[in-house]
Formats: sequence, structure tokens, C-alpha cells
Amino acid sequence: MSKPILEIQHVGKKYRIQQTQQPYISLRDSIGQWYKPKSQSQDFWALNDVSFTVNAGDTIGIIGKNGAGKSTLLKILSRITPPTCGKIISRGRMASLLEVGTGFHPELSGRENVYMNGSILGMRRAEIKKHFDAIVDFAGVAQFIDTPLKHYSSGMQLRLAFAVAAFLENEILIIDEVLAVGDSEFQKKCIGKMDDISKSGRTVLFVSHDFSAIRTICNRGILLDKGQVLVNDQLSVALSNYLSKINNNFDFVNGKIQINGKLIKQVELMCDDVPSNEVYMGCNLGLKVYFESDKPMEFPSLSILIKDSFNAPLIGVNNTQYEKNLAINPITSGIFEVSIPNFNLMSGNYIVDIYLGNNFKNLEEIKDCFKLIILRRNFTDNSIEAINENYNKVFFKNMKWKLKNISTE
Amino acid sequence: MEYEIKPRHPLNPGFRELWQNRELLYMFALRDIKVKYKQTYLGIAWALLQPGLMTLLFTLGLGRLINLQYCQGLSYPAFALSGFVLWNLFASGLSNAGNSMVSNAAIIKKIYFPRLVIPISSFLVALVDFSIAFCIMLPVMAFLGASPVNAAWYCLPLSILLCFLAAFGLGTFLSAANIKYRDVRYVLPFIIQALFFASPVIYPLNLNPHAWYSPILLCNPMHAPLELFRAAFGYNINAMYLWPSIACSLFFVAYGLYYFRKTEHFFADLA
Repeated sequence: MSKPILEIQHVGKKYRIQQTQQPYISLRDSIGQWYKPKSQSQDFWALNDVSFTVNAGDTIGIIGKNGAGKSTLLKILSRITPPTCGKIISRGRMASLLEVGTGFHPELSGRENVYMNGSILGMRRAEIKKHFDAIVDFAGVAQFIDTPLKHYSSGMQLRLAFAVAAFLENEILIIDEVLAVGDSEFQKKCIGKMDDISKSGRTVLFVSHDFSAIRTICNRGILLDKGQVLVNDQLSVALSNYLSKINNNFDFVNGKIQINGKLIKQVELMCDDVPSNEVYMGCNLGLKVYFESDKPMEFPSLSILIKDSFNAPLIGVNNTQYEKNLAINPITSGIFEVSIPNFNLMSGNYIVDIYLGNNFKNLEEIKDCFKLIILRRNFTDNSIEAINENYNKVFFKNMKWKLKNISTE
Repeated sequence: MEYEIKPRHPLNPGFRELWQNRELLYMFALRDIKVKYKQTYLGIAWALLQPGLMTLLFTLGLGRLINLQYCQGLSYPAFALSGFVLWNLFASGLSNAGNSMVSNAAIIKKIYFPRLVIPISSFLVALVDFSIAFCIMLPVMAFLGASPVNAAWYCLPLSILLCFLAAFGLGTFLSAANIKYRDVRYVLPFIIQALFFASPVIYPLNLNPHAWYSPILLCNPMHAPLELFRAAFGYNINAMYLWPSIACSLFFVAYGLYYFRKTEHFFADLA
């Protein structure tokens, strides 16, 4: 077996946090400090003993909360900043895209910027020349290629920037959340292009919070937490670990959960009218939301958004879609009660957002308010196989299946 | 191709990596030149207009005032013009280089390339201006009675090289220091102004060996390039006096490069 294309060995990165954070040091402050005892600076390890190997052709999604060390890791890999300890062995030409359009200058024409940006990304002049038409074509700016960049719309600038990066021929690509910008059509185009790149056998390291993008592109996942590698496994394993990690504060205890909201104080969960911490497939789901307000609410409204474990919304409901004003008089505190009979979401873990409003105005939104665990339960007596969770988000309790024989014998 | 990512030794000047990235050097310089003259009416003509106007000013002012007619074989306008043209190369090279790392901080923070590309390319920008000014300067010098001397032609490339070294040494040091201490930005114009008066740009260096400032003037890195540059036009120089300046220049190059290499890894953290 050939050697891994990238070996990260015990890499750590230490930053020194000063008592007073300054954007830069000035000479005067530096001189001032000669007279003082050494300032009480603290060490902060943004990365701590990170080790993993990457094989050629791997596409790795790096995930983790804000401040977990993802960007620091990418910066070290792309040699922008050196590691404090440890080392990295690379056996391929690396290109890093920590932002799109690095080095773009508004006064230069599109053509000049393509050459400038390409050179900064490490392309040879001949390489850029070879791909030039394809780059312009991909960006769709052929008509304006000799116009100064400052006259481009921001969308055009972005397309041109991504197009240059898309034609990099390096064996290893390091990509930070560059796709978080642009309209959805262009994002789709970018993801498609990146998918092509990863399928062409090149190695990709990709940091993003957009799980659907990660799932399209990556086959392995690395979960970072507080500067350490928590999971280095198949992507699905890393993702589910991540989700259970961010959600572990949102479990019900005795069917109740306290909410530290401005207005929303407590949520209770019922399964078939019994307070419980999780519910069964097809049960009568009940929710009680306690709220308190300083000002009387004339027309309170409650919205519930149930999302799957990848943060994609599944059900978003609001009492105004079902009922008239539920408050007869203005109300300062109360309990919203919701019940959903035959709750037909598939078993699994879900995340629920809760919104409280008054007079069609949102007063409070609690994102990722709690985790909804739905347990598996057989709902017909005749089934011999369970419904596959990978293909079903909802199920139908009263589905009928028949088989008619139309053969002639 | 296998390489390790770990801090490198600051004594390795990194010229090989620089050579591999020579296209980038060219692109940076090209960008800065294009941007510099975008939306100017006179464009690149400014390259000569600046030293030309200064010469006029000083010939009418200083030249008359202290009654300088000829300086060691050159008329005063020729003396001053040649001085200003080369001084401009140094001054704009140094000022570009000193501010270059900070003005390119956005790029430094996002992508890796040999950092030396930036100060060197900013000197190249000054060199382009200089080349144009030099070409226009030649007939003007001839009109002022100072044609290039055939025998001393080699003084020209030598003086430009020494001028580059002088700007490079100070420039790399200041650009690296500027990342950490933004005070450099404010000190830089003062340094250039002080060097201007310490250099034989507008006055010939008639050294009084007993004066306390004589060694300083001799060690000034710009002393040698200016003298050599004029020597190509028939200026009489004493080669003996050039060595301290050259030695000093080389020292600055070595130290500037060392300081730059030592601190460059942390540019992205500090910028």
C-alpha cells in the first residue's frame, strides 16, 4: 500500500491571550512593558495533539463547533501559520482556498485578475492560459472580461473567483467555507464542481457547517472539539457524533425541560397523554409551552419547527394556520398546548425550534430548543421487516398493499 | 515530492523557493504598476516629472543660493537631476517595501507563498518608474552637458544593484517590523527624509575628515550608489570612499533578511 498523502502528527498550536486584547502591538506599549513585570498572559491551545492521516483520494469533511480549531487546522495545513509543535508530512501539491478571490483587485480587469488570482493560488502562467477560456466560460463573464472588476456585480466577482479555483490542478485541495456566499443556483454549481473534483480522485479537505454540502462531497469525517480530534471515521459516524454532542443539553427530564428564554420558560412533552422524555412513532404527541411576558399579549402565537438531525426543516406549523386568536383577553403568562394525533415521523433524533410571537410579530425564537427522540414501534401486526430510516422521514400507518395475479396459468 | 510543514531555519534565506515563485513576483509587480497609474491623466510620465520638478526647484533655489556651478565635473542641474532620479528609485522602493506587508495583509492571512515576494515586487514597481525616468533623463543630461562616459558604463548597473540592496535591506526589515509595530508606518517618511539629507543628492559630499558626522555620511547605504551613478556621467569619485557604504548596505541586507525570515511565520497571526 502506498504511503498516505498527508500525515498530521501530534500537531498543536498555542496562542497567547493577553489580558487586554489588542489588534496589534505598538512600540510604545512594548516599551511600557519593559518596566512592568511580565504580563499575566494565558496560553490557549487552539489545537492540541492532533494526529490523523489522509490517503490519496480521500475527501474529508472537518466539522466541529465554532472555535473547535477547524480554521486553525486549515491555516496550519496551508502553511499560513506554523504549528507550535508536531509536524505535517505532505506528499502532494497543496492548494488552499480559505476564501475565494484572494488578491482580486477592483482596478484590474477580469482578465488580469484571473492571472493574478491564479498565480497566488500557485498556478503557473501556462496553466492559467490553458484553462483561461474554460474559466471565463464557467464564470459566465466572457462579455466583461476586459472591464475593471469594480464594475462587476458582486455575484459576477464571486463566480469569477470560484471559477479560477475550480481549475486548480493540485493533488490536495483545502477548502474553508467558501461556499457560504452566492445565490443558491451558483452554490449548487459550485458543489457540483467540487463533487467532480472529489470524484476525479483528488484529495479534498473541506470545512463547512453546511451538512448537505459535506454529505455531497465527503466520504470521511473528522470531528474536532476544543482543539482535539474526537472522531475520525466514516462521515456518517462523525456527523451523528457531532449532532449528539451539540444537542446533549437539550434532553427532557421527566418529560420537562427548562428553557432560559426571555419569554419561554418551560416545555413539556407528552406521549399518549403521559409525560415522557421520548415519544413513539404514531403516538398522540403533546407539547406544552410555558411563557411569561412583561407586556400583555393581544394575539399570542406559537410556531414549532421540527428539523431532522442534519438541520433540514421537516415540519413548520403555527397556531394561526389552524385556529383563530386563542386569547380572549390580552394575556401576560400562559401555556400553549399543542397536540398532534398519529404523529407520523419516522423514528430517530430530531431538533425542534420554537418561536413565540404577538400580533404576527416574532418576539422570541429559540433555535435548537430541544431534541425530540422518536422511538421505533411496530404499527401493524403483519409487518415482517422494519421501515428503513434512511429512506423514510415519515410513515403512513394506514397504507394498503395488494397483489393481483394476472398470469394466465 | 515530499515536504514537511514545520518552522524553517531563519538562516536559510529561501532564495530557491523565491525562484520557483518568480511568476508571482512578476504578477505582484504588474498589479501594482497597473493600479498605480489607473485613472491618472499623465500616467507614467509622472515618473520623470517628479524628479524633474524637484531639480528645477533646487537649481533655482539651492543651486543659486550657495552658488554651485560645477560639482566635480557635472553642472549643478545635471548633478541634481541624476541624484533625484536615483534617489526616487531608492525612496519609493523603500517606502513601497516598508508598507508592502501591511497593505497585503489580507492576502498574507489567506494564502501561503514565499513572503519575500511582496517587498521585492514592490521594489520592482519602483524600478519600472526608474527605467522610464532614466530613458527620458538621458537626453536631458546630454543637454546639460553630461553624456554617459563609455569607460564607466559598468557603474550604472552596479549603482542600481547597490541601490536595490540598500532599499531591500532596510525595506525587508521595516516591512517585517511594520507587521508587529505599526509605528513603522509613521516613522518611515521620517527615515527617508533623514536619509535624503544624509545622502549626496542635492549637495556634493565634500568630506571634512574631522567632522563627527563624516563616518555616518560614509556609511550611508545610498552614498555608494549615488556616487557610482554619477560616475557613469563623468563625475569624479574616489572609489576608496565607497567601501564603508557598500559594507553597511550588505550588513543591512543580511540583518533585514534574517529578521524577515525569523518573523515571517507569524505574520498571519499578527497582521
